Amino acid sequence: MKAFNFHEVKSVKEATKLASNKSTFLAGGMTLIPSMKMRLSSFSDVIDIKEIKELYGIKVKGKSVIIGANTKHADVAASKEVRKAVHSLAGLAEGIGDPQVRNCGTLGGSISNNDPTACYPSACIALDATIHTSSRKVDAENFFTGMFETSLKKGELVTAVEFQIPEKSCYIKFPNPASRYAMVGVYIAKFKKEVRCAVTGAQSVVYRCKEIEKALNNNFSESALDSVSLKSSNLNSDIHASAEYRASLIVSCAQKAVAGSK
Amino acid sequence: MAASMIGSKVERKEDKKFLTGKGRYTADITLANQTFAYFIRSPHARAKIKNIDTSKAKKASGVIDVLTAKELNEDKIGGLIAGWKIVSKDGTDMKIPPHPALASDSVNYVGDHVALVVAETLQQARDAAELVKVDYKVLKAVVNTGDAMNSESIHDGIDKNLSFDWELGDKAKTDEAFSSADKIVKMTLTNNRLVPNAMEPRASIGDFNPSSEELTLYTTSQNPHLSRLVMSAFNAIHPEHKFRIVAPDVGGGFGSKIYPYAEDVVVAWAAKRLQRPVKWVCERTDSFLSDCHGRDHITNCELAIKNDGTVTGLKVDTIANLGGYASLFATVTPTYLYGPLVLGLYNIASAYCNVKAVYTNTAPVDAYRGAGRPEATYMIERLMDKAAKEMGMDRAEFRKKNFIRQFPHQQCLVHNIDSGDYEAHFNKALELSDYSNFEKRKAESAAKGKLRGIGFSTYIEACGIAPSAAVMSLGAGVGLWESAEIRFNATGNISVMTGTHSHGQSHDTTFAQIVADKLGVPMENIDLVHGDTDKGPFGMGTYGSRSLAVGGTAIAKACDKIVEKGKKVAAHMLEANPDEIEFKDGEFIVPNSNKKKTIGEIAFACYLPGTYGEIKSPLPEGVEPGLKETAFYDPVNFSFPAGSHVCEVEVDPTTGETKVDTYTCVDDFGNLINPMIVEGQIHGGLAQGIGQALYENAYYDETGQLVTASYMDYTMPRADNFPEFRIDYTCTPATSNPLGVKGCGEAGAIASPPAVMNAVIDAIGTEVSMPATSEKVWKALKDKSDTKKKAA
Repeated sequence: MKAFNFHEVKSVKEATKLASNKSTFLAGGMTLIPSMKMRLSSFSDVIDIKEIKELYGIKVKGKSVIIGANTKHADVAASKEVRKAVHSLAGLAEGIGDPQVRNCGTLGGSISNNDPTACYPSACIALDATIHTSSRKVDAENFFTGMFETSLKKGELVTAVEFQIPEKSCYIKFPNPASRYAMVGVYIAKFKKEVRCAVTGAQSVVYRCKEIEKALNNNFSESALDSVSLKSSNLNSDIHASAEYRASLIVSCAQKAVAGSK
Repeated sequence: MAASMIGSKVERKEDKKFLTGKGRYTADITLANQTFAYFIRSPHARAKIKNIDTSKAKKASGVIDVLTAKELNEDKIGGLIAGWKIVSKDGTDMKIPPHPALASDSVNYVGDHVALVVAETLQQARDAAELVKVDYKVLKAVVNTGDAMNSESIHDGIDKNLSFDWELGDKAKTDEAFSSADKIVKMTLTNNRLVPNAMEPRASIGDFNPSSEELTLYTTSQNPHLSRLVMSAFNAIHPEHKFRIVAPDVGGGFGSKIYPYAEDVVVAWAAKRLQRPVKWVCERTDSFLSDCHGRDHITNCELAIKNDGTVTGLKVDTIANLGGYASLFATVTPTYLYGPLVLGLYNIASAYCNVKAVYTNTAPVDAYRGAGRPEATYMIERLMDKAAKEMGMDRAEFRKKNFIRQFPHQQCLVHNIDSGDYEAHFNKALELSDYSNFEKRKAESAAKGKLRGIGFSTYIEACGIAPSAAVMSLGAGVGLWESAEIRFNATGNISVMTGTHSHGQSHDTTFAQIVADKLGVPMENIDLVHGDTDKGPFGMGTYGSRSLAVGGTAIAKACDKIVEKGKKVAAHMLEANPDEIEFKDGEFIVPNSNKKKTIGEIAFACYLPGTYGEIKSPLPEGVEPGLKETAFYDPVNFSFPAGSHVCEVEVDPTTGETKVDTYTCVDDFGNLINPMIVEGQIHGGLAQGIGQALYENAYYDETGQLVTASYMDYTMPRADNFPEFRIDYTCTPATSNPLGVKGCGEAGAIASPPAVMNAVIDAIGTEVSMPATSEKVWKALKDKSDTKKKAA
């Protein structure tokens, strides 16, 4: 780790005011701190936002669930309101990392980092979420722009995520055996008007799988996916899974997600 | 005190400190005026070093010095050595390249040690390291085990990258068995490379005292005495009598901390050169890159079989990867720890084993839990499985038919096995695993859309390493006896010094149990002292499941000497004949009388001989004061633990995911001192063995970069990867040591890879290599079904 100035702030305003081109926000630190320790990244200023109270909390309002950016995965997993409104969202949070990660890592941190193998971005896409930031509201589909890239501007801070409540949904992750991040993660959400299917871990950034959505819009059943065969040419390939294997996993995870939807 | 401690599940004495975070590891030690060291390592797998410019770094804030091979040579510090000489089949000695402690003109793996930055803080050392400019001429790396002999030589004068071409066995006799065989079964196997992953990364602190001229090295070692010997005699760092090595609490080794590393040599030397304590703690990434790795064999093997299922011959042809240099025990691991074991526990009349050891631009490979024996067991057990299937025989029956049945048994290669009953543990394992109802469980799995398979593995190890005369005749640089010293204190408690080292093996408890039983002293009054060359006698450390069989026996022998002396003193005090004194439960008794002395009273009398009223001195004439005895034990033979393991897996054919559903092991470790500790050793071994079979793999890309250099990519198994293990034992005591013990530390890692792989292959009906990751299993199933479709 290289030396830096450390700031603890109490409000969003204070945080954004301090931000510069060489600064970073520190939420749970589950990715940031290891990468700083390995000197993969370094900053002149680290702005700790954990004490910003307004960023915490879970609210179910009408057809949406609004979760504050600082809310920890463990809190989402344990929330009865979330579980009742969107069962799969609590289930997703429950499956992130290990108890230490779930008790430090936050929703805002996860989506701002936008790791291509993270779970939460798929929830944002499948549940048609709106990302609230310190300066605006962005549709999730316009938020995740590339590998570890989002449409956040320098100094802009995610404050909350507003998820739409589907009729039923399920998230199935096939974890990377080493890291237990998603080698492939498929989030299926059935709304009155449409079925949304978000896939994480398979490309450089989370995406909607139109082939699966099309098949499930016609017939929301496991067997509807029997004949779906995905192209592998645009999928990630690494030592743990070839693109071809990922293509097959996406379909099998999607089938399990359909079967497990509630 | 009458109840025997040997054989009891005594709770671990060491748990209190470890479970309350009070262990004291090398990194926990802080010395006054200490400096911090950071190693600059090669980012290239193979390169020439054209120049190292340290000028900027030397001027950086807080930097004390930047040391390179130049300074090392100024001080005439020797390079690292290979400690076991192997002779090739043509009579020539193995070829060993120079292995300088800091690279002088070339680097040979990513992570090779190039320079040391020493600064006031670690931060400053790391910052300065970024200012050191090393000018490399990058060369094409030789990475794969199988390609090494056909590639450019990476070391001058070592043709085909071949260190040695070694053979064992009677080739002519084996050829004859093959020419008269009814059936020959062949296969090619890869034994995947593993990273040892001790929980505590390596660390060293050098401390030179200019007043006494003593050099102390605190380090993470399984073997501090041998490290001191090597670093004194070969690296010429400091004379042995002025050199102290302390290996305090050490968080696991699995072999990777047996030998002194370049970092130990450099840190000890730097402390002496700079006259300040130098502290170095390895980071996890460096640990992946620079700890010696394990395994990495490619093997062709074949069996000669008669129609009735009798195996008459075995041929083994192995290429073993040594990595960039030959580490201390690297050359014995794929030869004498491997070759003699290829027969497994089968009675095979002829065998021939050829091992070619090659250099590649990868981290050095050395002993890792099991060292040679897992590779041998994997080979023979996979081959036996395949042979049974090709012979159309039940895999269990085929094994049983070929078991050794009479003991002692002289194998056709090297070992003379003193005791065992292989059918006993095999039958018990079949029963415990409910083999007879396997088909029913398979049908249940099929109903859920899953594929179920069962796999067997039997194994034999040569442990209790090792009879000195035997190993030295085979090229060992040292004998492998062990020492012990029992120091009674005047107040009746005991310090036990051992030359072995505990880094997870629970010696504090196990050895105290032996002493408690032998001397009738409560466990809490017995303290084990190890890991400090200034405190105990020279010993050979801990590896090869040797500590109990060899070190424990030395302790038992020292206890016997204490009793012998105690009897003389007791007889004198009780006015009896030493021959008639009996010693039992801590008391010296004159039979048929009420005359007795406790061992505590005897100890007190031995130390304070002038204070006894009615007799002038409690010590008979010619008996020296004090109660302290030393014993050295050199075993007469290896010990031969053996066992049978049964694994059942369930495979999801849609994803290839393999779950170990049940795992059963029945082992014969001879007598058990503490069954709870033994069980812990089995669990750990199984975790590593199942890890090798399904998850772990050290993977280098074609340029020699270690792709799996963190836990993000190197799959360490976790608790949820394992079922509850079913564990049981049989017992045929070892005859080679008086405790009748055989060793248990490596068995799990030796037996489990073939048990798991045989189960996976049984489930999917086609070959797959280790680790059988979900993708590989999925691909194997897909290829099988594609081939079927094509044929149809």
